[in-house]
Amino acid sequence: MKQGLFKVLSNENIADKVYKMTLSGDTSDITATGQFVNIKLDGMYLRRPISVCDYSDTTLTLIYKAVGKGTEYMSSLKEGAVLDVLTGLGNGYDTSLSGNSPLLIGGGVGVPPMYALAKALVNEGKSVSVILGFNTSKDAFYENEFKALGCKVFVTTADGSYGTKGFVTDVLGQIGEYTYFYTCGPEPMLKAVYNSTATSGQFSFEERMGCGFGACMGCSCKTKYGNKRICKDGPVLVKEEIIW
Amino acid sequence: MVDTKVTLSGIELDNPIIPASGTFGFGYEFAELYDINMLGTFSFKGTTKEARFGNPTPRIAECPSGMINSVGLQNPGVEKVISEELPKLKKCFNKPVMANISGFSIDEYVYCCEKIDKQEQVGWLEVNVSCPNVHGGGMSFGVCPESAAEVTKAVKAVTTKPVYIKLSPNVTDIVSIAKACEEAGADGISMINTMLGMRINLNTKKPVIANKMGGFSGSAIMPVALRMVYQVYEAVNIPIIGMGGITTAEDVIEMMLAGATAVQVGAANLVEPFACKNIIEDLPRVMEKYNITSLKDIIGGAH
Repeated sequence: MKQGLFKVLSNENIADKVYKMTLSGDTSDITATGQFVNIKLDGMYLRRPISVCDYSDTTLTLIYKAVGKGTEYMSSLKEGAVLDVLTGLGNGYDTSLSGNSPLLIGGGVGVPPMYALAKALVNEGKSVSVILGFNTSKDAFYENEFKALGCKVFVTTADGSYGTKGFVTDVLGQIGEYTYFYTCGPEPMLKAVYNSTATSGQFSFEERMGCGFGACMGCSCKTKYGNKRICKDGPVLVKEEIIW
Repeated sequence: MVDTKVTLSGIELDNPIIPASGTFGFGYEFAELYDINMLGTFSFKGTTKEARFGNPTPRIAECPSGMINSVGLQNPGVEKVISEELPKLKKCFNKPVMANISGFSIDEYVYCCEKIDKQEQVGWLEVNVSCPNVHGGGMSFGVCPESAAEVTKAVKAVTTKPVYIKLSPNVTDIVSIAKACEEAGADGISMINTMLGMRINLNTKKPVIANKMGGFSGSAIMPVALRMVYQVYEAVNIPIIGMGGITTAEDVIEMMLAGATAVQVGAANLVEPFACKNIIEDLPRVMEKYNITSLKDIIGGAH
């Protein structure tokens, strides 16, 4: 974990209440895709944990939905704003288990961490398929970005206004063979994915956090491998250890 | 040169800064960030007889200038604390540590305190009396002078090290409880624990915290903590460890002027992982600014 100051380079609205913020700063402590950062915001006591969508040595991309006081404030930030950010939090995804043709399943604001993961897997020479699930067409984002990486992309919307009508699990049958999966999204979606495939995979979980670095035990969960802290021992858990 | 040293029941601290129990784990997360030997000491995660998972999640809610937690004393149990956590702690912390103990019956307090008292690394025991007494209708031991004194007496009978009783602010008269603990043999008072609070989510229209209520902490509660430390200082002759919302070196000095011999920093560690390091490094500057040469001299200075 590292504490650093990050400067907002851009902050744009890319879907309904969904914003893409790029920042410049020292990302050297980000060691895996699927990790998150914890951001101090003016007037808010607790930091806000946001998953990393993409990063380079000096830039960080975050995609977040403005759903509460903190994220609404974030959406108002302009280019040049400076934020105090803790980086390198959480375990992140383990790409060594992916096999040759991994499947990535993202739902809503669970889509962003799939992007850096897809990029990493493509760079490792893997043939990557992606399912992006949204409620409705105005929520959809990043389909073209995944396509540009060379991924095979499927989009679903619950109301059928874009892509295939239904949930991410409704298109699992169309993917063909996949060696492993990675998923992030709302818990009902994660559970549906868990119950819909015999393949092994990794799930990224969300929980209200106090500190984000393992000190307060605010985000504990029970797993088959013992009690874990979502912020420090997670947010990524392997399928075999999950207790719903 | 300013002098930041204070003495807590015969043990000298390099400075009065003590991370509060439950915000510092067993030290390792923070030892990865800075040398925790710079601390006065720290109070480790509240330990009980049996291992506890704690309360369901969500356990955390935000408040203006503070937060609510309802972790529920998650800990591996006293045996594992002794066999696993303390040996790991030894590798990154070479000062006496403060052992925070909780219990749900007098027997549990006695069981844990007797065992933890024998650990060489332990300098002081800090006994949390805010837990519900399962044999007393679930009422917290800390809500009345008699039950707080009963815990104190029982623990003192089986221990050799200084015992600090950590008091709850959720009471009608904290002074009478502090006095009862002193009369029962407490070596010091640690105060205040979190204040009972609550938030409701406007979207779901239900409490944010799964357990509905939780402990409110953070800078918002400092005036209450300060007032209570001030009142208890007037009533007892044993040292007080003051806590509740301390965030800056100025807050430390204010709390000591109210009557604290040392202070604990809690919620601040969670939002600013370097909070204690920053406070310790800033203390000399703030002392000079207010013409303080020795922190020992200012304890209770506001009276």
